[in-house]
Amino acid sequence: MKPYRYERAEDISGAISALADEPEGAFLGGGTNIVDLMKLGVSTPDVLVDVRRLMSDDIEETEDGGVRIGAAVPNSDLAADPTIRTRYPALSEALLSGASGQLRNMATTGGNFLQRTRCVYFQDTTTPCNKREPGSGCSALDGYNKNHAILGSSEHCVATHPSDMAVAMAALDAFVVTHGPNGERRIPIEELHRLPGDEPERDTILEHGELITAVELPPMGFSSNSKYRKVRERASYAFALVSVAAAMDVEDGVVRDVRVALGGVAHKPWRATKVEEALRGEPVSEENFRAAAEIELSEAEPLSENAYKVPLARNVMVRTLSDLSGEGR
Amino acid sequence: MRQRLAGHSVPFLPPGMVSGFEFQEKHMFGDRQFAEGRMFAFPSHYLKGDGFMDAEITLRVDGEEHRLTVDTRTTILDALRESIGNTSPKKGCDHGQCGACTVLLDGRRVNSCLTLAVAHDGAEVTTSEGLSENGELHPMHRSFMEHDAFQCGYCTPGQIVSAVGMLDEVEAGWTSHATEDGENVSLSDEEIRERMSGNLCRCAAYANMLPAIKEVSDR
Ligand SMILES: Cc1cc2nc3c(=O)[nH]c(=O)nc-3n(C[C@H](O)[C@H](O)[C@H](O)COP(=O)(O)OP(=O)(O)OC[C@H]3O[C@@H](n4cnc5c(N)ncnc54)[C@H](O)[C@@H]3O)c2cc1C
Ligand code: SF4
Ligand code: FES
Ligand code: FES
Repeated sequence: MKPYRYERAEDISGAISALADEPEGAFLGGGTNIVDLMKLGVSTPDVLVDVRRLMSDDIEETEDGGVRIGAAVPNSDLAADPTIRTRYPALSEALLSGASGQLRNMATTGGNFLQRTRCVYFQDTTTPCNKREPGSGCSALDGYNKNHAILGSSEHCVATHPSDMAVAMAALDAFVVTHGPNGERRIPIEELHRLPGDEPERDTILEHGELITAVELPPMGFSSNSKYRKVRERASYAFALVSVAAAMDVEDGVVRDVRVALGGVAHKPWRATKVEEALRGEPVSEENFRAAAEIELSEAEPLSENAYKVPLARNVMVRTLSDLSGEGR
Repeated sequence: MRQRLAGHSVPFLPPGMVSGFEFQEKHMFGDRQFAEGRMFAFPSHYLKGDGFMDAEITLRVDGEEHRLTVDTRTTILDALRESIGNTSPKKGCDHGQCGACTVLLDGRRVNSCLTLAVAHDGAEVTTSEGLSENGELHPMHRSFMEHDAFQCGYCTPGQIVSAVGMLDEVEAGWTSHATEDGENVSLSDEEIRERMSGNLCRCAAYANMLPAIKEVSDR
């Protein structure tokens, strides 16, 4: 591992200024991703600025009826929180379907959003990878791409974003609050992560030294009728092949409102807006769910080894929407 | 404002190691990665230990306080095994994938291989060894022995610490991916399998670990 300096910032402005003159510096949350990548030589920061103890680890209800989650809240505490479990069950389920008990105890809410892809070439410094080394090429395009993207990828990168939590957050219309060199901003989760385009080295729109300090879940009545379903190669402790987070407001057999986001299919949590548009105001039925899912997936561009993800994503959406509508029970 | 960790001492050296590159080679890369040619060129001042990558920390391990000077790269696992000489937690994968290094950090189970020692100055660490009290084995230790819940034993300290931490989580009412009824957690076989999935066993002694853990939870 490359040597680095360790610093502990005492407040948010200290953390931001600690990285201001350190282009190769990084924040340290729970360390479960960045330490792993540093051991592999994929991340090579000169300085680690520890932010875990300076950010809030509280989960509080806001005045407007939403919930504010401090960026230092461990994944396990967020999953176990009674308010989250009853009002935003998809979020609790997504967290509990990810990693292991030990990892969830260390991983922070802020760090979870910013974990890097699990593309094997990204993690292997002996192979070309545009995300790790811009311009070197993408080994996955004609290589091992079974776990890669079917939507929104580019010729420069076909990686997927691995976070389960972020998929649920996208479906629940959450925002991250950040503090950076240019002040504070509130970013909808859908806009936080980028599609790869010709800059796959940038996972998110965050600037260097921009710190996630909190996440806000808006009040959404029907988020209590939400669900996360994850398909993986073994029953536990594996990343998603495909996952879906959805929330549905049903009245008299009609979809009044719905939110759907997919994981494991793109470089970012994929908000399935076409499904949502197709279903709003429509009667609840498996055929309608299937038709809506097919519209979203009509733009899918599978690679040599991952065409299975297209019907899988469709089926997982249909099943989850059916469950939420009461049709599947 | 920001605080730079002080310390101008020689980088910590595990017993029997020499300084400089040999140390880097053996301890920072591991033989496998080194053999694959993953090596970096370091500016020479890094290797001479001019201080800014060392930190003085205190860890309370199994009830005993240890003051250490560690390289900022040192994980709690390496601090325990190499510096303090507590080889109870094992290094399986060194990447958070196997659970052999599980310890309780301030009471919670974590993978000590992904946990930087310098980030946990002042922390309380409990290893499998420290679960014993006054020379008496912990009920989880005894149950593993009674159920013959291991073969080679390499994963066992991690399994035992993880199981103890897991039962505390159940006690606190934490649900899991396997929880059917969102409110009431009862520790079924499915629940134990799910909650222990972060601990792998190359000997696949799972069949006997399950009743060993169940028996302790039923008490
Ligand atoms: C074996 C294994 C299995 C896993 N399985 C899953 C899984 O199934 N599903 C899943 O979703 N995840 C999984 N994970 C990933 C895990 O969820 C992430 O490692 C974890 O959430 C990262 O959080 P952290 O606090 O440890 O981040 P860190 O490792 O500390 O940081 C991650 C990144 O975020 C940056 N950062 C951290 N905090 C902030 C902040 N507040 N503001 C700005 N930048 C910040 C860091 O600089 C770094 O680049 C797995 C990990 C392992 C090792
Ligand atoms: S898919 Fe992206 S991360 Fe993977 S090798 Fe290609 S460029 Fe790198
Ligand atoms: S050695 Fe830490 S999880 Fe394998
Ligand atoms: S008993 Fe041998 S690895 Fe588990």
